Amino acid sequence: MAALDELTRPAGDDDHVGGVPARLVASPASTEEAAALVAATRDLTVVVRGGGTRLHWGPPPRSLDLIIDTRRLSGLVEHAAGDLITVLKAGTPLSELELGDQQLALDAPAGATAGGVVATGASGPRRMHYGTARDLLIGITVVRPDGVIAKAGGKVVKNVAGYDLGKLYTGSYGTLGLITECVFRLHPRPGAAAFVRSTAPAQAVSTILAAQVAPTAIEIDTATGELAVLLEGTPAGVRERSGLIEKLLAGEVSEAAPGWWGREPWASDEIGMKLSVPLSKVPSLIESGSALRGSAGTGVLYAAARDITEVERLRALCVRGGGHAVVLTAPAEVRDILDMWGPVPGLALMRRIKDQFDPGHRFAPGRFVGGI
Amino acid sequence: MADIDALARRLRAELGSEQVVTDRHELRTYECDGLAHYKVIPALVALPHSAAQVAAVVKACAAAGVPFVARGSGTGLSGGALPHAEGVLIVTAQMRRILDIAPADERAVVEPGVINLQVTKAATPHGYYYAPDPSSQQICSIGGNVAENSGGAHCLKYGFTTNHVTGLQIVAPDGELVRLGGRALDPPGYDLIGAFVGSEGTLGVATEVTVRLTRLPESVRTLLAAFPSIDAAGAATSAIIAAGVVPAAIEMMDALAIEAAEAAVACGYPPGAAAVLIVELDGPVAEVEAQFEQVTALCTRAGAFELRIAADETERALFWRGRKSAFAAVGRISPDYIVQDGVIPRTALPEVLHRISELAASHGVRVANVFHAGDGNLHPLVLFDARVEGEAERAETVSGAIIDLCIEYGGSITGEHGVGMDKAKYMPRMYGQDDLDTMQLVRCAFDPGHLANPGKVFPTPRLCGERPGGDLAARFPGVEVF
Repeated sequence: MAALDELTRPAGDDDHVGGVPARLVASPASTEEAAALVAATRDLTVVVRGGGTRLHWGPPPRSLDLIIDTRRLSGLVEHAAGDLITVLKAGTPLSELELGDQQLALDAPAGATAGGVVATGASGPRRMHYGTARDLLIGITVVRPDGVIAKAGGKVVKNVAGYDLGKLYTGSYGTLGLITECVFRLHPRPGAAAFVRSTAPAQAVSTILAAQVAPTAIEIDTATGELAVLLEGTPAGVRERSGLIEKLLAGEVSEAAPGWWGREPWASDEIGMKLSVPLSKVPSLIESGSALRGSAGTGVLYAAARDITEVERLRALCVRGGGHAVVLTAPAEVRDILDMWGPVPGLALMRRIKDQFDPGHRFAPGRFVGGI
Repeated sequence: MADIDALARRLRAELGSEQVVTDRHELRTYECDGLAHYKVIPALVALPHSAAQVAAVVKACAAAGVPFVARGSGTGLSGGALPHAEGVLIVTAQMRRILDIAPADERAVVEPGVINLQVTKAATPHGYYYAPDPSSQQICSIGGNVAENSGGAHCLKYGFTTNHVTGLQIVAPDGELVRLGGRALDPPGYDLIGAFVGSEGTLGVATEVTVRLTRLPESVRTLLAAFPSIDAAGAATSAIIAAGVVPAAIEMMDALAIEAAEAAVACGYPPGAAAVLIVELDGPVAEVEAQFEQVTALCTRAGAFELRIAADETERALFWRGRKSAFAAVGRISPDYIVQDGVIPRTALPEVLHRISELAASHGVRVANVFHAGDGNLHPLVLFDARVEGEAERAETVSGAIIDLCIEYGGSITGEHGVGMDKAKYMPRMYGQDDLDTMQLVRCAFDPGHLANPGKVFPTPRLCGERPGGDLAARFPGVEVF
């Protein structure tokens, strides 16, 4: 453990996760350095920190010795424009990417890193068209909890060789090890984009889908009563398609997104939930009286819940409809008496995955489903 | 074989005797999948009618320590459904019910034996279809698609099976029925659907699949472009991608593949072409028309000497018939052939194709090239005549060298046919030992007894619970590692 002093520094006041202070912080600058660090800290509990934009999501860790900060694991390794792929170090902030007329089509708040978006499986409005991190991630390099470096996938989009470990790491909340590098599929930046803003009800979603206009996003916000559609494509095509949707919804074409677009509907001291339901259940969820916002086109919405009663009510509604309701964030006093994840089918298999990858349960202990 | 007799008695009691096959003659009909040169006669074939029956079979296998292999339609091209000589082959062909077509949820729920194209046929009256379309879609099963993470010509734009499965019911290798996901997206916890799809039957058997249905596009435009050289067709492909167009498909065939297709289905491609591209655009009319003009201009600029635009669905079908029949068509110009499946970065296409033709020339075999140019997925067809001394070996050498080329250029040993039995030996060339060991951690979580499709995908599985290093057989004498 002599190396520990060289690899880590004492934690500061800001180095806590969900109110649990860390003792040590380390900022490795390469996959190899990270592997040496993880191998040298085999008896410590660890939480990985990216940009910190969603570090408050999920339950706090049961124990926390070391924060591994990915800020020095940053930078674009490769952008193969002709192949529509990019290789990013995990700590790379997505908002700083410069990919010319191409884009990594992930919605993320300012400061969010590639690794963080993958680890949380976070998504935004454009998921309807582009999918989420699980769809765009084509290769991954990780440091396992035992310090071994492993890769899966590669640099080509089409690849079925071996297990798709990238999907397993996507949304794993740092419980399976440290993600150090990600390979993503890119998309061309559209030549034009337009929003159609309206006050149409959630039932209008099926009308939009029936119109075959291939929307990039359909978002709804109960606070403003708005339903907004994003259309992307060629200038002429977008003009025609947005005109059609404008008529269908009795809305208005706008170049700018509504102010609420892609933002979480809760304040920092409120209970924030992620709800997902089958598409046909979106209207009844919207009409349930809660403050909701999100992707009416995919059935993934976000809620600001007032109290535990509302959490339970929304969860019952979603689960009964064949969906899920997860509390992403909540004030400490609420969080501690709440089941943040709700029912988790397949939990026994998930525990076995965790036991295989992290038998000592030292990566993000207690932060994931079922106390994993 | 005593174990198998006891197992057969148990399964006859649980499933009914007509659903359990032990007759040697009948068993022989299951000895191979679409990769017919590997043949193994299974010890027993089970034909379950329901998820509960699949679970009963797997539970019985787990109790007896007998390996099992799941098989859908048996169209796989990597030997993934090759039976185990001492094991049970679980054939899902009797599980063919479409349980629900739910356009309002944009989902279909089907049993694993349902044929891929049947899902589209059932959804089309509602304005929807099932996007993944392997060339074998008229006969391949959804369960097989899930196991192999099947692709197809249109995955350039729409993705693979894994992007279209939102829910699974599986029988885990211990015989437990587990539900994962459903119609709603983003179920909490690890993405076990993502791990399961494409695991080639090594993590269990899918017994019910919930798939995304995709809205039918308003318009589809298909172009057939003939080029004087492979390089020109490759340049056109690159130019289309560089222009920011994402076609639904870009398919390429070289002269030899065209010759075969003409002989087989008389598709009437432009004579004298060294390569043809089929480019298909779909989406809203306003978008498709603008981009189609762009694509035709780019093809002309790259040197296309003839452009044909499908005037109607019949002509479109004719364009595609040449492409989709290409594998079988090669049988018209060569008594034997190997279908290869590899991936390279799209930009390396011209270079890799030159190297493939050099390889072919230096070994004295012919290679016909058919591929998904848009995503760099090559399907070289290595032609040979098994009756000629040494030809089969030379074809095998060239086929293997092509896979090495794919690895050298940073690609993959398989884009859609899977690793199966055929390519397990190449896995260590693409991944390091640590990478393969990490995949084994997933295997051990699902299948610590290594009973699910053993011997496939991974060349040398290690015992679960053991850390890597050392020779298993030496450390555990007498323990059978399937």
